[in-house]
Amino acid sequence: MAVIELADVSRAFTVTSRSGWRRTRREVRAVDGMTFSVEPGEVMGYIGPNGAGKSTTIKMLTGILVPSGGTIRVAGVDPSRHRLKLARRIGVVFGQRTTLWWDLPLKDSFAVLQKMYDVPLARHRENLATFVELLDLRDLLDVPVRQLSLGQRMRGDIAAALLHDPEIVYLDEPTIGLDVISKARLREFLAQVNAERRTTIILTTHDLDDIEALCTRVMVIDHGHQIFDGTLDGLKSSQSAPRTLVVDLAATLPPIQVTGATVIKTDGPRQHLTFPTNTSAAPLLAEIAANYPLVDLSVSEPTIESVITQLYNTA
Amino acid sequence: MIRAPAQYWLLIVMWIRSVLAYPASFVLMLVSSTLVNLTDFVAVLIMFSHITAFGGFSLGEMALLYATSSTALGMADLLTGSIERVGERIRTGAFDAYLIRPVPAFLQAAADGFALRRLGRPLQAGTVLVFALSKVDIDWTVARGIMLAVSLVTGTVIFAALFVLGASFQFVAIDSAELANSVTYGGQALTQFPLTVFGKEIVRAVTFVVPLAFVNYYPVLYVLGKPAPLGLPSWIGLLSPLVAAVMVALSSLAWRAGLRRYRSTGS
Amino acid sequence: MGVYWAIAVRSFRRFSTYRIATVSGIFTNSVFGFILCGVYLTLWHERPGLGGYDVSDALTFVWLQQGLLMPVGIFGASTTSELGERVRSGAIAVDLYRPTQLLLWWLSVDLGRATFQLLARGGAPLLVGALVFDLKFPSSVALWPLVVLGLLLGIMVSFAIRYLVALSGFWITDSRGMEQLALVLSLFFAGTILPLVAFPGWLGVIARATPWAATMQVPIDIWLGRNPGGTGAALLFQFGWLLVLLLAGQLATTLATRKVVIQGG
Repeated sequence: MAVIELADVSRAFTVTSRSGWRRTRREVRAVDGMTFSVEPGEVMGYIGPNGAGKSTTIKMLTGILVPSGGTIRVAGVDPSRHRLKLARRIGVVFGQRTTLWWDLPLKDSFAVLQKMYDVPLARHRENLATFVELLDLRDLLDVPVRQLSLGQRMRGDIAAALLHDPEIVYLDEPTIGLDVISKARLREFLAQVNAERRTTIILTTHDLDDIEALCTRVMVIDHGHQIFDGTLDGLKSSQSAPRTLVVDLAATLPPIQVTGATVIKTDGPRQHLTFPTNTSAAPLLAEIAANYPLVDLSVSEPTIESVITQLYNTA
Repeated sequence: MIRAPAQYWLLIVMWIRSVLAYPASFVLMLVSSTLVNLTDFVAVLIMFSHITAFGGFSLGEMALLYATSSTALGMADLLTGSIERVGERIRTGAFDAYLIRPVPAFLQAAADGFALRRLGRPLQAGTVLVFALSKVDIDWTVARGIMLAVSLVTGTVIFAALFVLGASFQFVAIDSAELANSVTYGGQALTQFPLTVFGKEIVRAVTFVVPLAFVNYYPVLYVLGKPAPLGLPSWIGLLSPLVAAVMVALSSLAWRAGLRRYRSTGS
Repeated sequence: MGVYWAIAVRSFRRFSTYRIATVSGIFTNSVFGFILCGVYLTLWHERPGLGGYDVSDALTFVWLQQGLLMPVGIFGASTTSELGERVRSGAIAVDLYRPTQLLLWWLSVDLGRATFQLLARGGAPLLVGALVFDLKFPSSVALWPLVVLGLLLGIMVSFAIRYLVALSGFWITDSRGMEQLALVLSLFFAGTILPLVAFPGWLGVIARATPWAATMQVPIDIWLGRNPGGTGAALLFQFGWLLVLLLAGQLATTLATRKVVIQGG
């Protein structure tokens, strides 16, 4: 049974704009006719440009915001009607803002959360021990939160969101501003939690490496509409984003002429060409080798960034 | 709902401990907060260097009005004053964080940023109360004693309800925090004086519209055995618990309506 | 000079965006105005001519004071509290490396704020009060420039005090306590709790000699024509305090700069 179900969910806002003394009101649909479901244990990357409707969706899924149309069920309940009840079964991490107590040691925040969520003490201790171990928090427990680095604080925030064994965790930009090592450690931890506890994870991010490392499923939205829903590989092959061919020639030449490919950049004897994903590279190579002094070459696959950019542009 | 006091306590203890992490700073803030409030009463003392009675009240009687009004506002401010920052929290997004926790948003908004230094006002008011009781010759009865004690609680409740009403209005007008000050801090400034000096219309308004007169004025009239204005019965002060209950009901409706509005407009 | 003008204009614009806050502020000022009028009517009824004020002077004092609290910056001057915050957080170092004078920079910011608040909020309570009570206005056109000058000096004296308090953060670890103390002093000595003319005996003498008297009581007395030594002496009094405080402010800035630049903060 699906843990999250949306049927034809919409959310409209009235926007008042002022030009001089005149005020105009118009309706903006931040989310428009969204339908999808998430199975327990899925890790879904939820991506889209700023203002696409990502945070509006998350707010509706957590019960903060009431949808203006359609139905939502999360963990079997309507989030907006049973917000407080649902709150015990979900965990939320806001990337830029901590929900920990700023002036107190990290462990104090954990202690108050145990009481707030009525976690049985034995279970709390067990969870805490696990997270301290996995997130390397031992030396941080007695440090006031304001003295923690961004990465340390994020680890604290993630542990805090998971202490009450939530069935679903929403992570909003969990790796924003972190260094490469912290990012890797965090991803590893999330993958482990998902594998061992079957926690459903919904991840909004701009960092596509997060998606690559963690997500079994990707959903792309733009202007309140789903424009893609599937696996990461599916996303890549869904778009005929151009592949790139880099050739090194024996001499610096003017842009070479090849059927089915175009030069986008020249860099001394090195020239960059693009060609569509659905065509084979072999005939191109043959043609270049026959007509030009070819020294070396490489073919690169489209990056997720370029795939998604193209998706936004065509949608 | 039975859990609400425990949840509130849980949250404010965290803030008290946060403050006590810097004890020197806390003491300094507490002292200066007490001093700021003391200036109000110094004004009364200066006035009485020129006069012997103000609107029919002696210095001791004025001190009693001041102390009860200031205690009520001070306690309400201590317990629920943080809620006036709700507009600011909506703007920064902090309010959304309340809504993902299994504790009512109201309790979190009232407890968040709980400032123990606000004890300065009740402390100062308590001192003035001792001064007042030593100076005024009250014909004590059990009923009068109970009335005085009860009025401190009901006055606190009425002011707290006004704080919540003001905060609820911020769901509609996000920058309107200062507006609520006119009934809360303004109400304290008003009720520290015998209300009849402001004229009949004001007395009517603070009896029937914004029932500030029930915070301390009518109870104190009862304690002092003075007649009530507008031909009202002298026991009208005894109604203050009823007024407080009505105010709680109203403010709770307003908060719910505000929260509903926020959750269906997201702004 | 151009840069400081630009800073003041930008600050003016920034404060002009808080529309609802401005309206609700005027409402609150008016409520307090009516409360104080009730109190002062009773007080001056019991003691006519108290402190040399007649009833009309006392009521006009109330509405002028309610209009001036924010522009003068008795409380709620977010500009200098922002400066204090920058000193505490260390962000001030950036300001000290700018090719502009720190004092003039923040004076410009504060004057931009004060000008907006004076225009938007200063007159409104007076208007409200004038609808209900018989208030006093300067008797001749020739007095208006003096009123404006007195107000400008008052705002600048207030700024200079707040600037020194904000800079105290360079030497005092808990400058927020200092801000609170300064608030108490300014509430007491600027005439917000009672007109300083009503302070008895030696307390009155001291109160009327402090720089806080120059921020609000003196400008209001220029309007009312009630300065004991005449308007000229009052302006001189304000100017004297302004000079002393600005020199102190500049000295503090120099010392603070040396502290930051040499010791690295």
